[in-house]
Amino acid sequence: MTEMLKIVDLHAEAGEREILKGVNLTVNEGETCVLFGPNGSGKSTLLATIMGYSTVKVTSGSIVYKGTDITDMTVDQRAKLGIGMMMQRPPNIFGVKLGDLIKTAASESAESVLADADKFKMKNFLDREINVGFSGGEIKRSELLQLTAQKPEFILLDEPESGVDLENIDLIGNKVHDLLYDKKGCGRDIQRHVSSLVITHTGQILDYIGADCAYVMKEGRIRCSGRPMDLLKEIKENGYGECGACQIINL
Amino acid sequence: MSDNQSVKEALNKKGAYGKDLDLDHYEMAQDSDRIDDLQSSEFAKEMENVGVVADEQNRSGTIVMINNSVSHCSAKKQEGLEFMSTREALEKYDGLKDYYWKILDPAKDKYTAKGYLEESDGYFVRVKSGYHIKTPVQTCMLMNSNRTIQNVHNIVIVEDGASLEMITGCSTSHHADDALHVGVSEIYVGDNANLTFSMIHSWGKQTGVRPRTACLVGKNSNYTNNYVLLNPVGSLQSFPVATLAENASATYNTMCIAHENSDIDTGGMVNLNGKGARAEIMSRSISMGGNMCARGRMVGNAPQVKGHLECRSIVLKDGGSTVAIPELEVHVADVELTHEAAVGKIARDQIEYLMSRGLDEDQAVSMIVKGFLSGSINGLPPALQKELDSAIEQANLGD
Repeated sequence: MTEMLKIVDLHAEAGEREILKGVNLTVNEGETCVLFGPNGSGKSTLLATIMGYSTVKVTSGSIVYKGTDITDMTVDQRAKLGIGMMMQRPPNIFGVKLGDLIKTAASESAESVLADADKFKMKNFLDREINVGFSGGEIKRSELLQLTAQKPEFILLDEPESGVDLENIDLIGNKVHDLLYDKKGCGRDIQRHVSSLVITHTGQILDYIGADCAYVMKEGRIRCSGRPMDLLKEIKENGYGECGACQIINL
Repeated sequence: MSDNQSVKEALNKKGAYGKDLDLDHYEMAQDSDRIDDLQSSEFAKEMENVGVVADEQNRSGTIVMINNSVSHCSAKKQEGLEFMSTREALEKYDGLKDYYWKILDPAKDKYTAKGYLEESDGYFVRVKSGYHIKTPVQTCMLMNSNRTIQNVHNIVIVEDGASLEMITGCSTSHHADDALHVGVSEIYVGDNANLTFSMIHSWGKQTGVRPRTACLVGKNSNYTNNYVLLNPVGSLQSFPVATLAENASATYNTMCIAHENSDIDTGGMVNLNGKGARAEIMSRSISMGGNMCARGRMVGNAPQVKGHLECRSIVLKDGGSTVAIPELEVHVADVELTHEAAVGKIARDQIEYLMSRGLDEDQAVSMIVKGFLSGSINGLPPALQKELDSAIEQANLGD
């Protein structure tokens, strides 16, 4: 199986504090991997490091994407290679309209994405300043609409279901599904064509996208890997207290 | 009011703000020819660049002043609207005693003194009580001779229950780079009336600009002042003052780019003199290495007045200086005045957010800067929005 993303012994600092303390992780082509871990374990920092945000400084180790070392690349270089990210708390961009960013970011036809805005319940937001005054659910839908325009091959999803009400969870789950799966087929023929790394606390998003593998992160390191549902069950029952000490490590 | 002697003495009086300009550096410009057809005029392009449309479509009237004479004045016949040169109005209305040099003191500084002593021409616009003028009136002040002064005296009157939109474009032709524009404007808004006054300016790299504007706003009335300057200028200093009666409101929106070697000092003052008056002063500017000073001053003199003042500036290049000076002053307890000022670079997370969508860094900065500027003016007449968007698009922001 082809490796889409390979992270080797990655150390990174944010605010002069070491957050990632030697992360090793692989996502294969067409795979969805889940990243579990307690608050503050470094999951969002890992995603920010993969995207290349300057809030994080890599001190050693490497990030290899489709065979290319991207550790020192700029954010836009990574985006152009096909990496996209759904942020949990994206910044407000005053004065810039969502529709204008979508037009600029669209890899193919912006018109068809803009025409589909209604399906994301975002039609009335295209003329709004990006993220300014958006609710939790609106931010998620805006991020998904932008990613739909961008068409990345590898998607970083930071808690796609957090802060979303029950009415919206279906919409968001289905749109995440659409981003990851090839819609050409139908029923059982649907193929996954995009890889992803997904942070989730509740596992709710897994009802929509399924997942091939899971990692547990704690204190800046990957402590464990395994089948997503097994790990989720274990975490729900016992929490993260024993992670790192338990015997189901399968790295 | 000042007598002639004190006005003459004021010719040596420096302005309260901004660089002191030497009036002796300039001569009085010659009168210029009449222009009957704006579209075939050599200045058509300059006018369009500052929002003044040469075909005069969707405009109620046009006055073009070149150097010191009114070269074109056309008004569609419209009940309730009077539109002529200031000199014509002075003659017709016996010196306009209630409006001419009534809210500005000619001895205020050397610029007002010069305008007073030269008996400058300009435009006179009056909307009679109860009339709503549907399409904007446009005026254009052009400077066409190097090392000359353009003296302008404008009077705008919107009577009780009336409304008006004005678009004023000012520009210099290429060979008149080193010229001085001194514009005196006295604006009177009656009770229950509305005035939107929008200015797009485009000067030369050495041009001096010293507008002097005062506005009286009556009960329950709204006054909006939009000011846009995106091109290089030599030295511009402007500080319009509005005085509000009961429940009146004033909004100032200012958008400037301070290019290298440009020296800009803008802002405005609102006196909240009537109970329940409201004001908003918004300034957004970009420094590309020039000097940018954004001032705002609100004075609360009556109960239940409210005001907010915002000065935001993005500094894109080293070399110049950016100063934000918000001032609030109150004389009664029951007042709510607030201010916000921010000066500095664009937040890195905003740039990288756009980069994560595939934009390179320059594209991301340019998108944010253009958004920052265009978001600063709310309530611009729709007729101007297109001109403004294209001016922002063309503004040299280094991308």
